[in-house]
Amino acid sequence: METPILEMKSITKEFPGVKALDNVTFSVRKGEVHCLVGENGAGKSTLMKVLSGVHAFGTYTGDIFVEGELQKFNGIRDSEHAGIAIIYQELALIPELSVYENIFLGNEVSNGIVIDSNESISQAIDILKKVGLDVNPLTKIKNLGVGKQQLVEIAKALKKDVRILILDEPTAALNETDSDNLLQLIRGLKEQGVTCILISHKLREVMEIADTITVLRDGKTVTTLDVEADKVNEPVLIKHMVGRSIDNIFPKRENVNIGEEVLRLENWSAFSYALGRDILKNVNISVHAGEIVGIAGLMGSGRTELAKSIFGNPDHYRLSGKVFINGKEQKFRSPHDAIKSSMAYVTEDRKGNGLILIDDVKHNISLANLKEITTGGVINENEEILIANKYRSELNIKTPTIQQKVRNLSGGNQQKVSLGKWLFVKPGIMILDEPTRGIDVGAKYEIYTIMNSLVEQGMSIIMISSELPEVLGMSDRIYVMSAGKINGEMPVEDASQEGIMALAVDY
Amino acid sequence: MEDLKVKSNQAHLSKSLLDIMKTNISQYFMFIALIVIMIFFTVTTDGVFISSRNISNLINQMGYIAVLAVGMTLIIVIRHIELSVGYLAGFLGAFSAIALTFWGWPIYAVIPAVMILGILAGLLTATPVAKLGVPAFVSTMAAGLIFRGALLLVTMGTGTIVIRDPVFNAIGNGYIPDLPLGGFLPGKHKLTLIIGLIGIILSILSAIKSRRTKLSYNFQVPSFGLFIAQLVLISGLIGYISWILSGYNGISWSLVILLLVVAVFQFITTKTPLGRHIYAVGGNPEAAELSGISVSKITYIVFAAMGLLSSLSGIMYASRLRSATTTAGLGFETDAIAAAFVGGVSAAGGVGTITGSIIGALVMMSLTSGMNLMNIDISIQYIVRGAVLVLAVVFDRITRRNQ
Repeated sequence: METPILEMKSITKEFPGVKALDNVTFSVRKGEVHCLVGENGAGKSTLMKVLSGVHAFGTYTGDIFVEGELQKFNGIRDSEHAGIAIIYQELALIPELSVYENIFLGNEVSNGIVIDSNESISQAIDILKKVGLDVNPLTKIKNLGVGKQQLVEIAKALKKDVRILILDEPTAALNETDSDNLLQLIRGLKEQGVTCILISHKLREVMEIADTITVLRDGKTVTTLDVEADKVNEPVLIKHMVGRSIDNIFPKRENVNIGEEVLRLENWSAFSYALGRDILKNVNISVHAGEIVGIAGLMGSGRTELAKSIFGNPDHYRLSGKVFINGKEQKFRSPHDAIKSSMAYVTEDRKGNGLILIDDVKHNISLANLKEITTGGVINENEEILIANKYRSELNIKTPTIQQKVRNLSGGNQQKVSLGKWLFVKPGIMILDEPTRGIDVGAKYEIYTIMNSLVEQGMSIIMISSELPEVLGMSDRIYVMSAGKINGEMPVEDASQEGIMALAVDY
Repeated sequence: MEDLKVKSNQAHLSKSLLDIMKTNISQYFMFIALIVIMIFFTVTTDGVFISSRNISNLINQMGYIAVLAVGMTLIIVIRHIELSVGYLAGFLGAFSAIALTFWGWPIYAVIPAVMILGILAGLLTATPVAKLGVPAFVSTMAAGLIFRGALLLVTMGTGTIVIRDPVFNAIGNGYIPDLPLGGFLPGKHKLTLIIGLIGIILSILSAIKSRRTKLSYNFQVPSFGLFIAQLVLISGLIGYISWILSGYNGISWSLVILLLVVAVFQFITTKTPLGRHIYAVGGNPEAAELSGISVSKITYIVFAAMGLLSSLSGIMYASRLRSATTTAGLGFETDAIAAAFVGGVSAAGGVGTITGSIIGALVMMSLTSGMNLMNIDISIQYIVRGAVLVLAVVFDRITRRNQ
């Protein structure tokens, strides 16, 4: 058997508290298209960061061989030198610079001091031909569509002498035509002898293009399949991706008592000016009192956008459709309006837009409902301390004092502060966006217990989650989203991880 | 849920002196630095620096910058900057002079009118920032150019406008009247001492009340000894300042205005929901918006407050000079920004107190006053003030990182 162009052996990479990669083995044959699939958090991106030198040699254990030679990458420059180029999901182009300037960024063609723009442009034209992109190299990046920008990114990679091209979810932001073009280009590159590693959630396109598929799950290699020899199909892949059983980490709810409908969306659509495309398409959902509704879907399927669009639309999408709260149509103009209608939104990104990290626990807890502790225009700070201590003990927030800055708490405790803040608003409907992301199993169990007790008291919870076991373990009913649409709805009894995954990857 | 209640509901608020020192080290540091600076100048000037007359002058000179520093603190807390305030103050000072001198408006109409104009100017400057997200740097620089032009325009025909209204001129130069107590404590301003005494009594009463309330909530309070020590310290400070001021002309009207401004803004920032909202917007605008706080509303309010304070600053300065000049307000914004940063405001937003900025203003003004007394050349003065500013900010940065 010939030497693989790339071999990663027994790669283990730990972050504080998490084993992101656990003894992963990954081998790529020369000239193939090798797809890497797995759930969110399975370790795909971490593995590629190890390969490209972002996680430098020494911060992981295991060996990387390129064409049989042991590699010790200390940064992206080293991996590029070895002929490895990586293209990330978020494009790394400078919008205000032209196509050719971007292609040569960091490797400018110069005669000594001055950039030789004529030479650069003529080289750029050749490279652009290779990727089948017919644009003037003087066009500014910002004037190109996302699909073409993606091609410029690839052109930029090809300019260097690339042997292995890694594409991290290249089609996530593309429409169908652009995606097809890109897949066509990958086939073309393969014929030119470039080996491609493709990370993708879209199984259909994986099936279409891959020669070999490696499945990662929970930081471990599950299997590597030869598409033709092993007769791979989508259900088989899905089974490998989710293949664990639900551990008994979900507390049982005592009384399920589902009441009246409290929230209904009718033909809810949203257009993002920033992205220039529709992010929600004709969403119809309904939520009842005392119910946990799970919203499953992969990253980028529009779940957070859905939550924000309902919760007063702070990102100013252009909305159409109707929202009914307790049977009455509502038009929220700001999160303030939504809060007044007894909604709460615990954000996915608690550090980014959930908490004031530089402020202390008590101020964070009281922030969204200061009026409750204000008399005669003055905040009663003693009441505030009582309230903060109440949530601290009810939610078991581990902090030395409520004067502690939130920044100094662990992820799980920050999440509980976030929960406490929104419980103090005393909402009827609570949206929890990835409520247990990045927190340990013990804290997860506590949060699940709190959720159960809240719905037993008649609250409604909309839980957005990427973790399928969580969705299945906690929800009463599940919606699956994909590309801004609701692809399916089912009671939890009828749901399975495979079923949800099949709907989530169906674009 | 029940099993989660492992902690008792008993509230704990343990505060030792050390804790307080640790959490507020940067602010206490500037206070200590201020005292060190004052002692240094007192020694180098053979006591002239701490003399009643010099301290009284220092406060009057500081007034029009200090009120700007109060507003600038809030502006920087919400992650913006205001470069137009000096020119706005200059223009509004000239407006007051014109209204008093040429139009013959009575003073009790001029002052409210100027204050309203200040608020409107602040709102106007804030509009591109709050509505469209134009950087405040640009919007306020443009506004500054416009106000500067406006100042030159209104003073074009006349040049310097002399103000003859005695009430107006008293704002920057006058002192509160004294009580006719004749021979009692000769050479001392009696009313100033009485006000100082009232201040001491009020602060003791309010401290006792706050302690009682805390006890009624079953919160831990500092030990009785520590409590008494704090009261003695605060009373001593108020007493000493009143004693010094009473040795010259007593409390000036400038100081009265400054104290009122500080009291109102200190109250708003520490005790009201509006204050909390301002710090929340500064700390994390997105989180604030998602918590139901309108970031644009807060932006308008803070800029309007800044405009109001600019009008006060303009009035105080014109009154102090007894005239409106074509260069009034030049560089005020720089002094206000410097005072705020020396006082511990963070450009990253969400951090900074009114009292801190007042201490910052005192530090900067003490440096100027002390170096003037020592006959140090203006060139060296600039260099020293620049060095102190950068040292204060560097120190702030380091203590924050260590926390």
